[in-house]
Amino acid sequence: MALLRVEDLKTYFQTDAGLVKAVDGVSFTVNEQEIVGVVGESGCGKSVSWLSVMSLINPPGKIMGGKVLFEGKNLLEYTRHSPEMRAVRGAKISMIFQEPMTSLNPVLTVGEQVSEMLRWHLKMNDKEAKERTLYLMNLVGIPDAKNRYDDYPHQFSGGMRQRMMIVMAMSCNPRLVIADEPTTALDVTTQAQLLELLNEMVKEFQSSLVLITHNLGVVARYAHRIYVMYAGRVVEEGKAEDIFERPQHPYTIGLLKCTPRLDEEEGRELEPITGLPPNLINMPPTCAFLPRCKYRKERCAEEPWPPLFPVGPDHYARCLLHENAEGRVNMND
Amino acid sequence: MSDGPAVIGKAATVANFQEAPPRISEWKRFRRVFFGRGMVVVGSLILLCVFLTAIFAPWLAPYDPYKPGVGNPLEKPSKRHLLGTDNLGRDQLSRLIFGARTAILVGFVSVIIAAVIGITLGIAAGYSRGPANPLIMRLMDALMCFPNILLALVIAAILGGSIVNVIVALTVALIPTYARVACGLTLSVREYDYVLASRLMGFGNFYIMFRHVLPNVFPPIMVLVTLQLGAAILAEAGLSFLGIGIEPPGAAWGAMVSDGYQYMMSNPVLSLAPGLAIMLTGFAFNMVGDGLRDAVDPRLRGLL
Repeated sequence: MALLRVEDLKTYFQTDAGLVKAVDGVSFTVNEQEIVGVVGESGCGKSVSWLSVMSLINPPGKIMGGKVLFEGKNLLEYTRHSPEMRAVRGAKISMIFQEPMTSLNPVLTVGEQVSEMLRWHLKMNDKEAKERTLYLMNLVGIPDAKNRYDDYPHQFSGGMRQRMMIVMAMSCNPRLVIADEPTTALDVTTQAQLLELLNEMVKEFQSSLVLITHNLGVVARYAHRIYVMYAGRVVEEGKAEDIFERPQHPYTIGLLKCTPRLDEEEGRELEPITGLPPNLINMPPTCAFLPRCKYRKERCAEEPWPPLFPVGPDHYARCLLHENAEGRVNMND
Repeated sequence: MSDGPAVIGKAATVANFQEAPPRISEWKRFRRVFFGRGMVVVGSLILLCVFLTAIFAPWLAPYDPYKPGVGNPLEKPSKRHLLGTDNLGRDQLSRLIFGARTAILVGFVSVIIAAVIGITLGIAAGYSRGPANPLIMRLMDALMCFPNILLALVIAAILGGSIVNVIVALTVALIPTYARVACGLTLSVREYDYVLASRLMGFGNFYIMFRHVLPNVFPPIMVLVTLQLGAAILAEAGLSFLGIGIEPPGAAWGAMVSDGYQYMMSNPVLSLAPGLAIMLTGFAFNMVGDGLRDAVDPRLRGLL
């Protein structure tokens, strides 16, 4: 069953240089206890779309349309500062950031920062909040939690801080956790540990997880379904194995071709995607990937960006190649 | 020196790794940083003296500070009158002691009220992305157009000279500085991820402003507060010197400097003593402010 359904979400930024359509008609579904990966390069709108879900877009950004259906309610009907929205944030949907160095308040002890959430949302008293915080700190593997409770963030290493962020995100037993590039700032061994931990935690708490990343390796292992975003839109969506084994959108194919894999024969040349991502200001209505596309046809320059065509069971791609059912692409061609 | 390595054996190293050193409490750290610098200690001692003097003035003062003619006018310092007497024959030492009360009262009350109002306005303005920011800050700019002392002078002149009016005048004059500094600091702090994080955690705006933003902007403001304490005492002295501060029989250091100033050649102690008191108190506040800034910030506390 769908826990969260985002329909046709649009978030635009009015800048001096022009209108930036950071998120332009994006739809997502997250089912109960599902791990969803959202992949795309910098500036493709992945973070903005999830901040929009939380109604935390600051001016000049504005959510122009769409629906965010969570537990049967459209969150976009609430105003940013409404008590209803605040009761969702942190308690029902929580978020983990990319930069553990700056996402903890430097002048409050780490334990206190978790406890205050528990007091705020679950109305716990000081003692209950501290107990639960210590329990969670033990759960994520912070040694000597009792003593570390009173430490300040600067006394923690990057990996430990990110563990504290996970504690914070999990503290109120949320239905959905959004992890915005949770491991980008960490070294590779710590990355693996943290992803494993995150995976275990959402299982333990029966939450759903959205993994936002530009790292295909991160989602490959954990995600059940994947959305690939480009220039503010979803260009391909499908089950993880479909995306990795049978990618259908030229952008996804390009991404996979420039990523080394352990399970392939040696000697494959990595192929970069040539060109640069488009400037989001005043974009033409045609396919945004067109200038970089190896599969482009003349028609692509004339037609507006097509809708998502079905290319398999639960597998969609936004490309004219798939206008007709027979248009499947084999990546190795 | 040669037997060094033998003493630090392998066992000792291992033991050190396994046993966590005992935790130093934050309060202990605070004291260690705060009292770690000589100047801060000196400043604290001076302030302590000033405070005690202010509190115990009636017991410390050898004479009634308001009663003229306890000695002859303009007596030189002697055993009976340690700092001599002023032109009305009042005991200068007693007046100096009672002047500490005025200074502390005016300084603290006006600075604290101004800080509370100014910081609140500043954080609200800095945190808000709506019309509150220009509204509050333009108002502060308008207030800032007037030199502090002139503004206080105008207010004191309108309201008349009394200790309450001096406090009101100084408070109004000091508010814009706090608002400005707090607003600027908040503008930078609000962009940090932890502020976004606390919004994501569902906290309300007021809670975030005072629980998450305030402690982060506080250390620099702390220094400003202590600087302003010194400045407020000076400003009060200035107002009194100009004759629109404390009503005449009352004892204020500034007024004493101003009164004694005419006798500078014959009896310099009359204005030098209160002048020195003003200077030392101002200096002490600045030193303590520096010490506090380093000690209230948990990040610096760990390093120093």
